[in-house]
Amino acid sequence: MTQATPLFSARGIAVTFHRKRWLGRHPQLVQALRGIDLDIMSGEVLALVGESGSGKSTLARVLIKAIAATAGSLAFQGTDITHLEGERLRAMRRHFQIVFQDPFSSLNPRLSIGTAIAEPLIVHNLAAGEALRHRVAECLRMVGLDPTLSTRRPHEFSGGQRQRICIARAIAGQPLLIVADEALSALDPSLRDRVLDLFQDLKTRFSLTYLFISHDLRLVRRIADRVAVMYLGQVIEIGATKEVYNHPRHPYTQALMSAIPVPDPLAERSRHYPTLPGEPPSPSNPPQGCSFHPRCSRAGHLCRTQLPLLNKTSDRHEVACHFPD
Amino acid sequence: MEYWRALRRIPQARNGVLMLVLIVLATLIAPWLAPFSPMHVDPNARLLPPLSPMVGGASIYWLGTDSIGRDILSRLLYGARLSLTVGTLAVLLSAAFGTLVGALSGYFGGKIDDFSAWLIDVQLSFPFLLLAIFVLGAVGGGTAAVVLILALGTWVNYARIVRAQVLSIKNQSYVEAARVTGAGAIRILCVHCLPNTLSPICVVASFSMAQAILTEAGLSFLGVGLDPSTPSWGTMLNDGRDYLLNAWWIAAMPGVAIGFTVLAVTLLGEGLRELLDSSSSR
Amino acid sequence: MNTPALGHPPPLLDVRGLSISLRSRSGFIQVVSDVSFTVAAGEALGIVGESGSGKTLSMLSLLQLLPQGAVARAERASYDGRDLLAQSNKQMAGIRGREIAFVFQDSLTALNPVLSIGQQITEGMRLHFSMAKADAELRAVELLLQVGIPDPSLRLRQYPHEFSGGMRQRVCIAMALAGKPRLLIADEPTTALDVTVQAEIVNLIRQLQIDSGLTVIWVTHDLALLARIADRVVVMYGGRVMEDARACDLFATPRHPYAAALLRSARYDMTSSKQTDPIATQSMEAPAPMGCPFAPRCDEADDRCRATAPSLVSVPGNAHVACWARAGELPGTRLV
Repeated sequence: MTQATPLFSARGIAVTFHRKRWLGRHPQLVQALRGIDLDIMSGEVLALVGESGSGKSTLARVLIKAIAATAGSLAFQGTDITHLEGERLRAMRRHFQIVFQDPFSSLNPRLSIGTAIAEPLIVHNLAAGEALRHRVAECLRMVGLDPTLSTRRPHEFSGGQRQRICIARAIAGQPLLIVADEALSALDPSLRDRVLDLFQDLKTRFSLTYLFISHDLRLVRRIADRVAVMYLGQVIEIGATKEVYNHPRHPYTQALMSAIPVPDPLAERSRHYPTLPGEPPSPSNPPQGCSFHPRCSRAGHLCRTQLPLLNKTSDRHEVACHFPD
Repeated sequence: MEYWRALRRIPQARNGVLMLVLIVLATLIAPWLAPFSPMHVDPNARLLPPLSPMVGGASIYWLGTDSIGRDILSRLLYGARLSLTVGTLAVLLSAAFGTLVGALSGYFGGKIDDFSAWLIDVQLSFPFLLLAIFVLGAVGGGTAAVVLILALGTWVNYARIVRAQVLSIKNQSYVEAARVTGAGAIRILCVHCLPNTLSPICVVASFSMAQAILTEAGLSFLGVGLDPSTPSWGTMLNDGRDYLLNAWWIAAMPGVAIGFTVLAVTLLGEGLRELLDSSSSR
Repeated sequence: MNTPALGHPPPLLDVRGLSISLRSRSGFIQVVSDVSFTVAAGEALGIVGESGSGKTLSMLSLLQLLPQGAVARAERASYDGRDLLAQSNKQMAGIRGREIAFVFQDSLTALNPVLSIGQQITEGMRLHFSMAKADAELRAVELLLQVGIPDPSLRLRQYPHEFSGGMRQRVCIAMALAGKPRLLIADEPTTALDVTVQAEIVNLIRQLQIDSGLTVIWVTHDLALLARIADRVVVMYGGRVMEDARACDLFATPRHPYAAALLRSARYDMTSSKQTDPIATQSMEAPAPMGCPFAPRCDEADDRCRATAPSLVSVPGNAHVACWARAGELPGTRLV
């Protein structure tokens, strides 16, 4: 099978924040990401799942160069973009877009939604005047909203509609990659389905690539081709969705999967929720060796001393564990 | 222009605008409305109370005359021009400068922020009135100097508010979205940050206008403001100072005019704030 | 109405015809209409609904905790024989925390950041039981152990920001239990938590229920969550009850179209539901329509649905449904 060039290629990405401490001592070093290697193939939906503190949002932002990485290299369509800056960086931004979690703060309350959607077109000089208006109307139609509403302000729309407007803004400039950062989490469950359908619809029509960040494992299963499970700044398992969900190999992934509620009272009552002991670790004070070992039932001596790296267990499945299943 | 329609719905704004319109209209047609030139002196008609008939019977002195026989009404109308002009210019100047400094320091932070913080501290540590009197006394007054001094006294208010607003706005998701899209700092400041700071700026501006008119009056009253022969409400107050007991109208009339204008501007400011807040409400 | 069969004790909480109106710029808007349900002692009731369904307001009204300008009325809102809406402030103070306890969604804002955990837990105890400080602290340690917090005596002195989200929620539960309530109302307690932490909290509350016969009302927007914890489920939408049934029945055969839709999205259904989105820009302050609130999104809605909201009728299997389309199929008696 020929190896296609990945759309995005990240190697050794690390991000360290300096958090100022109250009493003026040395700032605390917070390692948000530790040595991430990741490829995103064109046209796929890659999901980043993990709990708070896992670094999934940080990773997404590093990939689209919204945050600078402290170390590592980044390539887009084969070209190294690690040190890209200035006008060339700005021009490249056209290819990435992001849809945020909160539909209320992601739209400027002072601008009409038409102006908001037109932003990518204006910034990159992609259209003007009549062509601009036409494109905005087109984008509104594609997300299922009436184009004549383009003069209205965001506060006149509901949460679900605002999220659609954000999606319209994201597709306006014809990007290659869209990052959905918990884009569905703030919506009501019945709305989520429809917006998810919209995402899938747009993906097929425009051959988009998605980086889907979510903590909702049920949602991810519906849309993702591949899933990367993150824990404390590291990708600890990555593979095809079916594989990871049906045969999780990392003990953390296993705990995660079994914690998903199943809408079947008889099944739920009879099964045992294996709960993880201890508390989620803090990125400012990660455990030695494997970051999961304090909570792992299988932890051995190796786990306490050596950080496991991603290892291929099958063609489409990699795990970072010394004792995977 | 949808703002105009919306403005009319809010009672404070509507009244404020009406009052202001009256005032502005009055000042514009002063040459036709005023029975006399503001400089016209009539020694036979000194210190006449309001509604006194004119010598020669043509009409009455609506608001009376002052110590050298000048018609108060005419001086009031002409004086409005000066006071309003000075007030408006001062507000515009201070708002522009203050907003610029506030926006830049809020958005970029770092050295720019440090510098403007220092500037603000320096400004605030000088007692304004003293500074005004000193500078104006040295320069000799005059309209331009008064406008500049007034602007100098109030730009800090805008700077602080705009800085605080921009600091909180720049962390909003829509600003991040704009950055990810590739928008430059200038676009983000002008299109995303500043429009959202309009509401507090308007409020500060309207109160500042009121304050500016009063301060100008005060400075003129103290004798360091505008040229005493030019009619302004402040100089009129000055003139009326010695006659408060026997010819109260000389000072009272400009006083009422100032109060009326300040009220109008304040109402307008409140109404504007109502409007801006409601148009961006969730 | 669940007319209790002979020998069955009366329900601990019996709500009938609860309606809540909010004052707005243009008059009163009815946000909750005709809500009825019962909870038996020791039972776990799940209330599921989206934002705006009125589930939280309904719970708050029972404790007279509605915001200013909100008015609640009910045919019946009785807890242990007492009419909750008619209690005086003093009487209510004796019920809140002591008989009926509340756990909120956001544990961070539910806790006072400047008081230690110990102070906050013992506050309720000393209020309701006039306990001495030392005794109250002992009991607080017991409570922290009960909710699964290790090193409780150390933790007692700590402040909310020193706890993780899941731990804080456990503390809130401990605070709720401090007054030895008979009924615990948990309003979306796990929504802000990670899924593994959520599982722990669900386990905890379930265990508390089994161990001490605590009656629980769990309010959530996640139907799947209720599968583990609820004996009965009430489905709310647009301020009304749509369906009310035993959990096993609801999950197996939901009757109301909305309940069915919720269940479909709770399962990871690979088939997408291509429903058309209503494009109309409904202002947030629009008054509730006279018809069924779900009609705009319902495939089976007809003119009668849009004109009049169906009332809750009882159906076989100890359940109730409010739906013209469904009620017509089943013989049932109108809720008297």
